[in-house]
Amino acid sequence: MKKRVSIFLVLLMLIGMLSLSVCTAFAETDGEGEEDTAPDGAFQGEVNVYNWGEYVDPGDDGGIDVIKEFEDTYHIKVNYTNFETNEELYNVLTNSNSTYDVIFPSDYMVSRLREEGMLAKIDFSNIPNYKYIDERFKNMAYDPDNEYSVPYSWNFVAIGYNTDMIKEGSVTGFKDLWDQKYKDDGILMFNNSRDAMAIAMQLCDPPIDPGAKSFTREDIDRATDKLIEQKSVLKKYVMDQVFAEMEGNQSGICTYYAGDIYTMMLNNEKLDYCLPEEGSNLFNDAMCIPATCKNKENAELFINFMCEPRIAAANSEYITYGTPNTGALDLIDEDMLESELINPPQEYLDKCYTFSNIDDDIYGYMQKRFVEACSASAEVSTVEKKATNPAAVWAVGVILILIIISTLVIIILDIRKAVKNRGRINKL
Amino acid sequence: MKSKRPAIPYLGWMLVFTIVPLLMVIYFAFTNDQGQFSLEPFKNASVYSEVFLYSLGIALISTVICLVLAYPLAYSISRCSERAQSMIIMFLMVPMWMNFLLRIYAWVLILQNYGPLDMILNLFGVDVTLIGNSGAVIVGMVYEFLPFMILPLHAVMSKIDPSLIEAAQDLGCSGFHVFSKVIFPLSVPGIISGVTMVFVPTASTFLVAQYLGGTQFMIGDVIERVFQSDHNTGSAIAVVLMIVILGFLVVMNRFGDKEAVNG
Repeated sequence: MKKRVSIFLVLLMLIGMLSLSVCTAFAETDGEGEEDTAPDGAFQGEVNVYNWGEYVDPGDDGGIDVIKEFEDTYHIKVNYTNFETNEELYNVLTNSNSTYDVIFPSDYMVSRLREEGMLAKIDFSNIPNYKYIDERFKNMAYDPDNEYSVPYSWNFVAIGYNTDMIKEGSVTGFKDLWDQKYKDDGILMFNNSRDAMAIAMQLCDPPIDPGAKSFTREDIDRATDKLIEQKSVLKKYVMDQVFAEMEGNQSGICTYYAGDIYTMMLNNEKLDYCLPEEGSNLFNDAMCIPATCKNKENAELFINFMCEPRIAAANSEYITYGTPNTGALDLIDEDMLESELINPPQEYLDKCYTFSNIDDDIYGYMQKRFVEACSASAEVSTVEKKATNPAAVWAVGVILILIIISTLVIIILDIRKAVKNRGRINKL
Repeated sequence: MKSKRPAIPYLGWMLVFTIVPLLMVIYFAFTNDQGQFSLEPFKNASVYSEVFLYSLGIALISTVICLVLAYPLAYSISRCSERAQSMIIMFLMVPMWMNFLLRIYAWVLILQNYGPLDMILNLFGVDVTLIGNSGAVIVGMVYEFLPFMILPLHAVMSKIDPSLIEAAQDLGCSGFHVFSKVIFPLSVPGIISGVTMVFVPTASTFLVAQYLGGTQFMIGDVIERVFQSDHNTGSAIAVVLMIVILGFLVVMNRFGDKEAVNG
């Protein structure tokens, strides 16, 4: 779930588009070129892939340029685009005319798309590499009969902290993100309603299960109060900025996706991690084919290619999230596999929860309350724990009225002046 | 009567991409999610009043600082030889060739803990956090928008006829009076457009606050976030912001006209 839009992908796409136009020119002159004799880079089809940013190995640092290799092997052009949240993916699928052949939704979004009939059944006879997928990731709640999805990666939420500022081992769980004593070191929180609310829910008294099938508005209000309570000690809400903040020793403690904390630790030796004692969100991104897809066979070819152990290993190493591909495990860097951030112990996994698909209505309310929590000023929050400050409402009202009145007065004055002037001119 | 035809392409563009979206925003602001007329969005929007005031405050302070910094600078530039003027203006523009985000990120590196400024201050025994507060946001805003204040001021001031100043001096004006009776009144249109060009974007931008600020959101950020999940409330906030800015512009223009006439 990394979001940074990489320049590389843009370049890749540009080059891709260029080569596509060159190739179509080639193809036209060639007529019907046979498959084997097709010139390098001439494509016989395309597949439209819609994925998270930085979620496929681009081939730097000795990895595999996955997209290019697929294109070279099958002579199928990959049109690769990124989304940032599951909700964005959902909106694009429902509202836009663009069609995609392969998408990478997370668990709860798979179940939503499946229930709404927006996914096509995958023909698994075209995906022989499915045999590598770990049994643990089959028959998941989001796709009980393994008809619509092929698991791609999995990871969970953890805590990272700087041992220069915070004593090693003293951080034990999410409650430390609310702790006054870490305020000066800098506490960072998810800038994303679903993740932030889930953590707040776990800390509510009594706790709310963030994996529940639905929430009441009171649940969300309670979680919001908890988030507002955190504001007085919080340094910042961040997503991608978390890397710069933690790797540059700017902040002491953060919560983020475990695989990304692993990356941060590689870049800054002073960082350590903690598996939150409360348990955390375990997520699983899968490959699916939308019902509206136009190149189903190419899509299945692409999914099969992504399940090739060598490719799955390269991707997993690049995104530093776990892979459900058993064949890939032997090929992945051992240090990475041994890390608890990539392969947490079973006892920890038992404490984790997965998100369920919640109503649009409740999700909207969650987002709204999260923005309110972010907007609440820290000073008010410690005393009143309320998002709205009546004095501020009045102040805005008064400013508005003053502005409207003065604008009207000015306009009326101008009109009167104009009328007078015209009268004068007429007299002359 | 001058022909208006050459303006048609732009007018068409404006109609489609400015007027129509504007009307849509106003429509959203006054309806509920069922599409019926309702003031509910404004009621929901009132939650964000505090952010609103905070953003306006930041914008106001940044604008004033820009004006205070830019005015004397623009004046001294306008007194230079023409060649020197164009050189200096070019140097002022050079940072603007860089990407907006990169410039902000440079400020992050300068202001961050253990950054150069922090280190120097630590040498003198001053231990303060320079980033993640309103001060840092204002510094970033002033840096980003200062050229927008200098350019209009300089454009107006360089057109002030030096003979007017000489005449004032010949008639016995002191240095202060030359400024208050001649230079200042003539530069008011520049102040007006400079203030407008700085205040309007500072009130609505949020990138600076995202990088240099702390937990406090700016109103632009709130609009973006709220709009994603709730078009109506997001539009209502946008409409309130537009009214404030529009009112601000009308008042400023009025003020400018008067000054120019009376001065």
